Amino acid sequence: MPKKVISGNYAAAYAAKHARVEVVAAYPITPQTSIIEKIAEFIANGEVENLEYVPVESEHSAMAACIGASATGARTFTATSAQGLALMHEMLHWAAGARLPVVMVNVNRAMAPPWSVWDDQTDSLAQRDTGWLQFYAENNQEVYDGVLMAFKIGEHEKVNLPVMIIESAFILSHTYDVVDMLEQEEVDEFLPPRKPLYSLTDFDNPFSIGALGTPADYYEFRYKIAKAMEEAKKIIKEVGKEFGEKFGRDYSQMIELYKTDDADIVFMGMGSLMGTVKEAVEILRSEGYKVGAAKVRWFRPFPREELYELAKSVQGIAVLDRNFSFGQEGILFNEAKGVLYNTGAKPIMKNYIVGLGGRDLTVNDVRKIANNMKKIIEKGELDKEIDWYHLKR
Amino acid sequence: MNTLFREKKANAKKIMFKSIDEYPEVPITLGTTLSNFTGDWRNFMPVVDESKCIKCYICWKFCPEPAIYIKEDGYIAVDYDYCKGCGVCANECPTKAITMVREEK
Ligand code: SF4
Ligand code: SF4
Repeated sequence: MPKKVISGNYAAAYAAKHARVEVVAAYPITPQTSIIEKIAEFIANGEVENLEYVPVESEHSAMAACIGASATGARTFTATSAQGLALMHEMLHWAAGARLPVVMVNVNRAMAPPWSVWDDQTDSLAQRDTGWLQFYAENNQEVYDGVLMAFKIGEHEKVNLPVMIIESAFILSHTYDVVDMLEQEEVDEFLPPRKPLYSLTDFDNPFSIGALGTPADYYEFRYKIAKAMEEAKKIIKEVGKEFGEKFGRDYSQMIELYKTDDADIVFMGMGSLMGTVKEAVEILRSEGYKVGAAKVRWFRPFPREELYELAKSVQGIAVLDRNFSFGQEGILFNEAKGVLYNTGAKPIMKNYIVGLGGRDLTVNDVRKIANNMKKIIEKGELDKEIDWYHLKR
Repeated sequence: MNTLFREKKANAKKIMFKSIDEYPEVPITLGTTLSNFTGDWRNFMPVVDESKCIKCYICWKFCPEPAIYIKEDGYIAVDYDYCKGCGVCANECPTKAITMVREEK
């Protein structure tokens, strides 16, 4: 297929189409709506076969319908944002607990109040403990590639878990960019039809899912999910490597390292803001700064081992969090610091709270952060651990 | 003998997993709930007076377990292995043929 100039949302819709999804149940919410509108258009135009679209009255029902569909063995897709994702919360646990590989695109949008429709990662990060895999896309191409890989990873016999592909409100969702799409035959070869772990259409062997788990058994089922998440790390790398070999875009690293080899300071973050950071790294390097970028692609499962390898060789890590956990700190910062505590790697780590509710992070901001980190490393101590960087003072 | 479940009930076994490897990957039912004898929840037991019974089977329809079964002679009987003593049958019976009697254990 030729390259197309499309929005991140259309990239998601095309990927779902190319993955030959069988059921889509969704409810509109800005800035996600154009994903499911595009899918409805595919159906209206007769461009897809065997795709059942279930209009529902809320996001909670959307996810419930996806769970039911997925439990019959269907490849299932949905999309949401912010308040809609929060309304789904209960059902997110259900999808993971019943081990159903539903794929969902969440367009990161700030939680209200105050009402906001702009980029912020707190909505998806608040779903951290539901048992969903989480992939943060940097650009529209990664949205497309991410959705295709999500089905393959989530449906893998060793995983069987739902996957959330996350893109930024407007910065990706509504911004047009070149996306190199695959031919349908290429996708079919990469992503064969789903082989479900179980199917409710097995009428000769009826069973129920998720019945009572007493204290004698519940614990073991939690362990199974924990193990599948651990296993998913291997599968992510395998599938990411295969994707690279077949289509030229490698995703074998859960943390994408950008010019970190000789870097003293590394900027770490997730999603579209890392595009700006990479640009800034280019410019800062030409000005003599020894800086690099570490883009955390997969937040769940968390790439502990890759982070440890990186942390061994750098002096300072500036964690850029477009999210915040009230009463604590930036969520990526919290996780990264926690991973390193029991290792020998102890770079100086500082948390910059940036871009909440869609505020821009510019190249100049990254330069200021680099200067601040330089000073901290020279002194050998933090000025403060959590920096509300953009605050109007 | 309960005529509803016959040998299915006799063969119903509780599945006990001893190690993590024995567990299924996902919490689906592997056996039958016939091995769950809900009868031990009971405080009051329904007692049927056949002389008042008109074989309308309203009790049979309303019982939330399947604990009521129809005998060959057409009268109903209660499978006390599953009857949890809720009293719905006694409440619904139009001829008051079922009385709830406190059970001493
Ligand atoms: S008491 Fe309840 S459970 Fe027992 S037979 Fe009557 S209706 Fe069924
Ligand atoms: S409801 Fe009463 S009368 Fe009717 S079948 Fe049951 S016991 Fe007999």
